[in-house]
Amino acid sequence: MNTEAASGSLSRAFLALLRRDLLLAFRRRTELLFPVIFLLVVVSLFPLGIGPGPQLLARIAPGVIWIAALLATVISLDALFRSDFEDGTLEQFVISGHPLTLIALAKIVAHWLVAGLPIVLLSPLLALWMNLPTESLGVMILTLAIGTPILSLIGSIGVGLTISLKRGGQLLSLLVFPLYVPILIIATAAVMAASDSLPYSQFLGLLTAGLITSVTLAPFAAAAALKISLS
Amino acid sequence: MLSASQIVFERYFEPVFEPVNFDLESGQLLLVTGANGCGKTTLIRVLAGILHPTSGRFESQAAGMAYVGHYLGIKDDLSVLENLRFMRDFLGTSGTSCEELISQVGLTRVAEQQARTLSAGQRKRCALARLLVSQAQLWLLDEPYSNLDQEGVELVDRLLDNHLGGGGACVLATHGSHRPGWAGTVDYHLVSGAAA
Repeated sequence: MNTEAASGSLSRAFLALLRRDLLLAFRRRTELLFPVIFLLVVVSLFPLGIGPGPQLLARIAPGVIWIAALLATVISLDALFRSDFEDGTLEQFVISGHPLTLIALAKIVAHWLVAGLPIVLLSPLLALWMNLPTESLGVMILTLAIGTPILSLIGSIGVGLTISLKRGGQLLSLLVFPLYVPILIIATAAVMAASDSLPYSQFLGLLTAGLITSVTLAPFAAAAALKISLS
Repeated sequence: MLSASQIVFERYFEPVFEPVNFDLESGQLLLVTGANGCGKTTLIRVLAGILHPTSGRFESQAAGMAYVGHYLGIKDDLSVLENLRFMRDFLGTSGTSCEELISQVGLTRVAEQQARTLSAGQRKRCALARLLVSQAQLWLLDEPYSNLDQEGVELVDRLLDNHLGGGGACVLATHGSHRPGWAGTVDYHLVSGAAA
């Protein structure tokens, strides 16, 4: 098979898997909505618990929204490979001869579209609740748009490693939260800098570098982790 | 098409089965039999490339490989038709009519139903249809007769006859209640490694 035909068949496989995962996500709507509702509930609890002091809320808004985003992502992560692992679909993927890296990437993209993108889209509403200054709203959305794919990518490695364990979900959170810490620090620093009218582009640059690195490396690591889990 | 020499697979430093050697030509069916726990499933999974043998090697010249194991790899939330269409698009085997394959395995009546509503036998039939979708030359079947009614067992035999008659090859593991009728059947009795 020449390389052009091979890459054509790979992109077809990629799209077929992406389409199937999105279709499955919409068939299981509760699984789809739960992390989003969780996100909304967590953020809305903060003004109730801390008291509606606009200054204080605005100060903690970036951290609260980002921590809620981390939690919502971790909740949704386990679904990334679990059902395919449990019903034998993953074995079928291995046998198909398509590279597992490509399969992992397709599933990560689907995961972000279902779990990460809603967070980005809802962030203006969350920012409003938390009284985030409007001038830093754009940066907030931007950090989430760059940062949530990193969460899905890094998370996929953890899911790959813990998928064969019965209660892998609990271990998963211990495994991925430390890796999420740098993203949390950089992203909230960017939003806070924007609130204080300080330059923030260096933080966005760092986040983008993180995204590029994880897009390049995480699918390979996730594929390797899945191979270990299958044997 | 598939040749294996001295395949050993160890689990917890114990060989699962005695070293496996065979040579499978196209049109042949390798019937792997043996007691429960002697490693039939493990052997099939090694041949499928899911597990890596501890030592020994096998070579396959087959164009494509398809596998039906204990976990069928059918998505509960998709219909029979959607399951097959996904596999067709994923494997890039265009030109197969999924509707026709579904009627071949006798699932036309439930083609639009979600797979979660199917019985165990119907799910098995759906997995068999996926074998046909893959257009693979080498089939690896792990207990294909389980859960199937008499008609289903005959269906498996008929599919095997077509596949092997068309130049395909197959490795079939069974604990032995039913024997496929294909003339080019080679028996392989797997011996548990613990016995050695």
